[in-house]
Amino acid sequence: MAELAYPQAHAAPAPSVRRVPLSWAWLGVVPFFLFALLFLILPTLDLILGAFRTPEGGFTLDNIRRLNTPTIRGAYKISLQVSVASALLGAVAGFFLAYAVVMGRVPRWLRPVLTTFSGVASNFAGIPLAFAFLATLGPTGLVTALLMNNFGVNLRALGFNILSFWGLTITYLYFQIPLMVLILMPALDGLKKEWREASAILGATTFQYWRYIALPVLWPSLLGTTILLFANAFGAVATAYALTGSSLNIVPILLYAQIRGDVLHDPHLGYALALGMIVITGLSNVGYIWLRARSERWIR
Amino acid sequence: MKSARLGPWIAILIGAIYFIVPLIATFEFSLRKRRGEYSLDAYRSLFEDSRFLQSFGYSALVALATIVVGVLLVVPTAYWIRLRLPGLRPVIEFITLLPLVIPAIVIVFGYLRMYNSSSWLPFTASARATDALLVFSYVTLSLPYMYRAVDTGLRAIDVRTLTEAGQSLGASSARILFSVILPNVRAAVLSGAFLTFAIVIGEFTMASLLNRPAFGPYLQNVGANRAYEPFALAVIAFAVTWASMGLINVFGRGAHDMAAPGKR
Repeated sequence: MAELAYPQAHAAPAPSVRRVPLSWAWLGVVPFFLFALLFLILPTLDLILGAFRTPEGGFTLDNIRRLNTPTIRGAYKISLQVSVASALLGAVAGFFLAYAVVMGRVPRWLRPVLTTFSGVASNFAGIPLAFAFLATLGPTGLVTALLMNNFGVNLRALGFNILSFWGLTITYLYFQIPLMVLILMPALDGLKKEWREASAILGATTFQYWRYIALPVLWPSLLGTTILLFANAFGAVATAYALTGSSLNIVPILLYAQIRGDVLHDPHLGYALALGMIVITGLSNVGYIWLRARSERWIR
Repeated sequence: MKSARLGPWIAILIGAIYFIVPLIATFEFSLRKRRGEYSLDAYRSLFEDSRFLQSFGYSALVALATIVVGVLLVVPTAYWIRLRLPGLRPVIEFITLLPLVIPAIVIVFGYLRMYNSSSWLPFTASARATDALLVFSYVTLSLPYMYRAVDTGLRAIDVRTLTEAGQSLGASSARILFSVILPNVRAAVLSGAFLTFAIVIGEFTMASLLNRPAFGPYLQNVGANRAYEPFALAVIAFAVTWASMGLINVFGRGAHDMAAPGKR
């Protein structure tokens, strides 16, 4: 007993001995924090504060109030619509694709093909993506022409225009769906076969299995990823700009034009616009982080 | 084992059509420059355009600098956090996720306000300084991917034992970091590097607002002014993205499961 007690007694003062080197350890992360402060946190804070300042430097809520114009309200509205639609559709389509490959009993080689392609497609964004969809669904695009010549379907007469809500949503899905697939595949792998077997033994139908077991487990990562997709679409500039120029009035385009000095000639209104974007993507990502932490408890 | 049902195949078929048709359409358009027949004229005219090679070269150089700065910033930090300051981990992870929360256009707007030519740190006062700012902005954009890739790599090795082994052989901290730790997480670092390259090479928002002659603004310019060349550019961009992702598969996993929303 005494021999067992000895090392414990010996170990007790150890924390105070180790405190000495620890006191300088923080120096090792100074470069990182300095970088984060200079190029991420301070510039953002500066904008946020700028949104509440008058040009003379006093405090004001006027900039925020001035967001309430038909143009800016409309821009936020269509931005939210495109982001929500592309996030939800991307989530649903991505779920079915990931499900098909992980659990659909399709040939094994399809999985690495889908993973690799998703890696590429989720990064094939920005301006080239806009070009690709102009070639596909633009006024003279391949699919537009195909439908017109072979099936007599005139997309334009049906009200479809690539420079519109649906045009932008369909284009964004090209990176939204693969992103969902990439994040969801590991989550689907986390569904243990035993759960399904156990529920089947207890007499559960497929519907009951999904309703009471699989979806509750997947729910946080599904919803969390959908929120990530939302923020992803909401901040996107390049694709929309290359696709529509400044003809489609969405918030990032409005802010881009404002920074370039094209429209508002009012930097403080620009700060308020930026603040609105931070608030919206910030809230959605707080949700994401929270839900992700919850889902990681289940998926091991 | 039952054979595949119809549903999964339908999902895969629709997915394949949605993802492949735009690629075919883009490629077909890129060949249409010569009237009445397919040709590579659009590609030829691009390669004859000196701005194409210049802007691509500029962006490739910026991407390379981004990777170097990113690795020098992230590897020592992630290593130090694992070894000595595990308590700070949530804070660092939160910060590295911020670029996904704050849109790129907001970050660059902040730079323009904070680092204008009359500020205390006038990054935008000269072209060289703005280049540096562009590199830092891209390091920021790639932070979520680089950090996660490196951290995943560090998780797979025994950082503490390797460090103690190095110390008992008399190696300095820098030597341990660069001759012991870095080679051991090489695959993860390379994954992060290629992903960073794919994000940075065609980035538009930051390069355009910082007014640098990068590939992204060039793409936009060609798109606004030329008829068939944009599609040839899109094909080239797709090939570059594919190559970057392919190299990740070749050099190992780590960032493999990640995609890059920061770019748009």
